[in-house]
Amino acid sequence: MRKVVFGKPGAFFDLFERRPGQIKTNMHYCPGCGHGILHKLIAEALSDLDMQKDTIMVWPVGCSVFGYYYFDAPGISVPHGRAPAVATGIVRSRPDFNVVCYQGDGDLAAIGLNELIQAANRGENITVLFVNNATYGMTGGQMAPTTLPGQKTQTSPYGRSIENEGYPMKICEMVSALDSPVYVERVALSTPAHIRKARAALRKAFSYTKEKKGFSLVEFLSACPVNLKMSAEESDKWIQEKMIAHFPLGIYKDVGADRNPKTPATPEYDKAIVKDILYPQDDELGAGAVPADDFIFKIKCAGFGGQGILSMGLMIAEAAHQQGFQVTWLPSYGPEMRGGTANCSVVVSSRKIPSPIVEKADLMIIFSQLAMDKFKNGMEDGGTMIYDENNVVSLGEKPANCRIIGMNASEIAKNLGDARIANTLMLGAMSVFMRRISRSSFLKAIRKSFARKEKVLDINLRAFGEGEKTISKAVAEKI
Amino acid sequence: MPEEKEMRILLKGNDAVIYGALLASCDCFFGYPITPASEIAHSAALLFPKLGRVFLQAESEIAAINMVFGAAAAGRIAMTASSGLGISLKQECVSYMATSEMPGVIVDVMRGGPGLGNIGPEQGDYNQVVKGGGHGNYKCIVLAPDSPQEMCDFTYLAFDLAEKYRTPVYVLSDGVIGQMLESVKLPPPREKRQSPEWSLTGPGRANYVTSIFLDHDDLESVNIKLQRKYSEIAANEQSCESFMTDGAEIVLVAYGISARIAKNAVSNLRRDGVKAGLLRPTTLFPFPVREISLAAEKASHLVSVELSNGQMIDDIRLAISCRRPVHLCSRMGGNMPSETEIESFCRKILRGGAA
Repeated sequence: MRKVVFGKPGAFFDLFERRPGQIKTNMHYCPGCGHGILHKLIAEALSDLDMQKDTIMVWPVGCSVFGYYYFDAPGISVPHGRAPAVATGIVRSRPDFNVVCYQGDGDLAAIGLNELIQAANRGENITVLFVNNATYGMTGGQMAPTTLPGQKTQTSPYGRSIENEGYPMKICEMVSALDSPVYVERVALSTPAHIRKARAALRKAFSYTKEKKGFSLVEFLSACPVNLKMSAEESDKWIQEKMIAHFPLGIYKDVGADRNPKTPATPEYDKAIVKDILYPQDDELGAGAVPADDFIFKIKCAGFGGQGILSMGLMIAEAAHQQGFQVTWLPSYGPEMRGGTANCSVVVSSRKIPSPIVEKADLMIIFSQLAMDKFKNGMEDGGTMIYDENNVVSLGEKPANCRIIGMNASEIAKNLGDARIANTLMLGAMSVFMRRISRSSFLKAIRKSFARKEKVLDINLRAFGEGEKTISKAVAEKI
Repeated sequence: MPEEKEMRILLKGNDAVIYGALLASCDCFFGYPITPASEIAHSAALLFPKLGRVFLQAESEIAAINMVFGAAAAGRIAMTASSGLGISLKQECVSYMATSEMPGVIVDVMRGGPGLGNIGPEQGDYNQVVKGGGHGNYKCIVLAPDSPQEMCDFTYLAFDLAEKYRTPVYVLSDGVIGQMLESVKLPPPREKRQSPEWSLTGPGRANYVTSIFLDHDDLESVNIKLQRKYSEIAANEQSCESFMTDGAEIVLVAYGISARIAKNAVSNLRRDGVKAGLLRPTTLFPFPVREISLAAEKASHLVSVELSNGQMIDDIRLAISCRRPVHLCSRMGGNMPSETEIESFCRKILRGGAA
């Protein structure tokens, strides 16, 4: 038979040096409180399972906020309810460590319920130890989500009313309903027999964490004699007789045997590999220097969402970049993904561009009646506007001192075989008025834009050529 | 590999953030969707896993920053990105991070407010980001980019500052700078960051992280230590771009998109013989007090051009101890002043009109 050695568990400090003040040998908990029992179970388990060297304890806001005073293990005090989120940050960045959250019922089941449920649902490789004593202890005995019906607290002085506050929150039942968690059990700290079960449950959870199996939750029904206004014995009896009736003990879920250990990726910092992934490919680079003159050209493209207005602007920007110009592209960004208004501003210059905002456009491309009405007065003197005759019914009062050219872009696009290429057609048309950017730069931009849509590249290249031709003809006819 | 001088690519400001972060050897990104900052998370989702680094979409703004806190405590450096109302939600944890001296990077792409506001560009987060924002006596370093290039560079720099001063660092941007596309020259990849000695994964088991100090003297000591750090930051890290300020009679002060519009206005005014100049703070905490104070020696008027209700203007007045009149040229709600608006505002002031 194994010899039983009585003594302090190895994971407790001999002296609680982290605790300020004179008292270095005692815990700050009240007589009869469940935290002391659970702390001892944890300290024993950390030693026995050889987890002390690589386990981080995450401490809540509540009576156990000072848990790190006692454990010879790294600890962190975190915002109220957020332990599972902080634990996620720890375990995702250092998956080689074991992470244990220690939370009370206010912290876990009220303010931090979302963090708990979401971490459980992601299957984070952590253990959450949930101390349910049916009250807010540290703040002085207010009602918790787990306060029993009829139980009197500072904020339920007439007893918790089902009508007003609903039934106690059943955390194990909720968490075990999810697919991801590995292990969920509810135990009690009210009798030696229950404590033995609690000890086993805790060790099972820790083992799963150590084996990287995923998320474990153990709920401990625990006494708070001071706030229950009972003796320690009465409190334990109250758990036995009242609490367990509302919170049935037992294993709610245990699928650890079926789960493979998690295998997180290894982060890469090798400079050559980082460059390879992030640095631009040859076709993303601009061609180089352009003459450092005062050239600046402002373009506005406008229509409705789905007409390819923004991507048209991007192609102009890319072509200018390829040519070696400085360029800015700024989209209007709306909550409407499709069908709403869309416009973008493009500024091309041989120097650094101060403002990306186009107040007066040298060139304007208009694809809808709404856009025409909204932007037609934003033309620079001597500027050019090209509009889609198929989508603009009326010009209204023409802006003065500028050239306005209509083009049946949508119709030509349809005849070419695809209404969606109207934007590339317009790009071809507008390129005629932007001779500082070569035809080959525009074609390169189109190729890049459709690099992942090979099927439609040809028709877009044709549309570009058709746009150039149509507009040249229109201009010639007018002259 | 092409020559360095050619290494420019077109990037959106929001995408450039992630290039800066990865090249700075950021370990983890924890995000939550919000317009107009979402592309930062999109880019992170695409690129972090390619380098085996951690990308996780959190369940909330609050969870995202708490994950950043956790990673920092574990000796890794992480970031998150959001906008306005999302930043408000993060403030409690930022206060914890500042107090327990945990590094991290937060990008705020400001949108219209208050309330749910809209998704247009605004600069109404100035106070909540530059002045601490959460509870208690803390501040964060705040960098203010005005281009995709600076979105990349300042994010890159933010990690070094966060690590150096053990503090959260903000990159404070706006909808326009986040959404706009411009060419960017990428910085060189940085070495892998070593896990610091103070981290929870540090040597032995001695380290712990906390921000609760029940003893008043203990907490006061923590506060004093923090204030010393902020003084050191204020002495070392002020940064400001000066544009046409030589002999300027009227000096505009603006950051982010406001500064880019103001540059056009200043150029136009100079062309017409009006002696205008622009100071563009690129750090908001620390505020570039030295340069602004110097400019006020010569200028007769200062103008705060901001997309907010007069938030930065307070810092300008403090910087110059109210020695000169400081006027507010502002738009709100997602609107921006046109360059002509700014020009006429300045002309009116110089004619002796009220601001």
